[in-house]
Amino acid sequence: MEWAWRNRDQVLELFWQHTWLSVVPLVIGFLLAVPIGWYASRHPRLRGTLLGVGSVLYTIPSLALFVTLPGIIGTGFLDPLNVVVALSVYAVAIMVRTAADAFTSVSPAVLDSATATGYSSRQRGFGVELPLAGPVLLAGVRVVSVSTVSLVSVGALIGVSSLGSLFTNGYRRDFLTEIVVGLVGIVVLALVLDALLVLAGRLLMPWDRQSRRAQGPFWRRFAGGRVAESAVTLGGEA
Amino acid sequence: MSVVSDAVDWLSDGAHWTGQTGIPNRVLEHLGYTSLTLVVAAAVAVPLGLYIGHTGRFRGLAIGVTGALRALPTLGVLTLLTLLLGIGLGAPILALTVLAVPPLLAGVYAGVESVDPQTVDAARAQGMTEWQVLTRVEVPLGLPLVVGGFRAATLQVVATATVAAYVSLGGLGRYIFDGQAVRDYPQMVGGSVVVVVLALLLDGLFAVAQAAAERRARPSRRATTASSSTDPTPTSQSTTTP
Repeated sequence: MEWAWRNRDQVLELFWQHTWLSVVPLVIGFLLAVPIGWYASRHPRLRGTLLGVGSVLYTIPSLALFVTLPGIIGTGFLDPLNVVVALSVYAVAIMVRTAADAFTSVSPAVLDSATATGYSSRQRGFGVELPLAGPVLLAGVRVVSVSTVSLVSVGALIGVSSLGSLFTNGYRRDFLTEIVVGLVGIVVLALVLDALLVLAGRLLMPWDRQSRRAQGPFWRRFAGGRVAESAVTLGGEA
Repeated sequence: MSVVSDAVDWLSDGAHWTGQTGIPNRVLEHLGYTSLTLVVAAAVAVPLGLYIGHTGRFRGLAIGVTGALRALPTLGVLTLLTLLLGIGLGAPILALTVLAVPPLLAGVYAGVESVDPQTVDAARAQGMTEWQVLTRVEVPLGLPLVVGGFRAATLQVVATATVAAYVSLGGLGRYIFDGQAVRDYPQMVGGSVVVVVLALLLDGLFAVAQAAAERRARPSRRATTASSSTDPTPTSQSTTTP
């Protein structure tokens, strides 16, 4: 670990690069997936198609997508934008499913009573449906967060620097320590982002006590706990 | 868009379809690594998953460990193991196994768990032994989710076996790395397209297998399975089991 301390500036810089390469796709994915998921939950016939498209997109291997994107969207080959776009695509692909499930799980009786008390459909969407779908949405975001942090490192193979660069560099130099530092850095980043998401969930959804208790102790909560299980049966890759 | 047409040219060039570095051979190599990994991962995950699903023991631990495994970047594990074990088949297969175990394990125990407890009780009441309950009731009824676990694991491994070419393995990843070394962009894109097509084909096969398992497990719901076949996860089912 002496090595990490001596090179802390470089490691820290890679850490921040890795952080923004993970967070940006996560935010974009969330902002796109929520309306699509909402729409899918309202239109059962389209639901299958939308989710099917999501699964197909998620099937594309990340390395292959990183390589082909420049030709499709006209970015430079080494442009970090390729990684951001590719990971946003995956984030949307996974989150649409959770979002659709989240909105479907809101009880129709609750929606009817909201309408009966005079909510406009817009007020109902933001004031009733979104908050009630919140806990499931949060669980989905946590699953995506872990996989995105891990996938960013693959970008190092095409020269987009992140903590993954420590893997390629360490491999070339036959230097184990560097790889271990990269692994630890990525796991720490995944844990920190997950903790932040849980914290945000508590602040935004103070009523969600029951599901918090169901998530159990720290180590069980990590990586989305119960919903992580359902996400596994989703097609995909890392 | 010349890149796309270059890639099409690269793919349609007959020279790329023969010999040891030809596409058919690379596809076979790729599928070889994938199936070897799945066999190793299944040998670990299936017995464990059946035990956890049937008894409900160590469930929390399994969720925790698989969650933590998921956070490990495969590229890091791969480079680390290759430096430790040397170049060869060992390190890539082990790294891919680490990747394949969590979805397989989760698929198996979630499948077993998803079976209605009343059905299991009824089987016991009829005098079935625990082994019979497991093999004749829980496994057949939970099979759609088990197949789903295999589907997810296979896709992850097929996709990531590309990365394994980084540590001197064959397979379809070779086109991406060899192309990168000589700045042969059409080769990189062409190789990527082959991986995507392979992944989609495998996913399609598993979708069919899953639909078949679903029909076998719940024949009365035959009418509804056709529409839900594009939707591989009966998500709510596995998440709401207490």
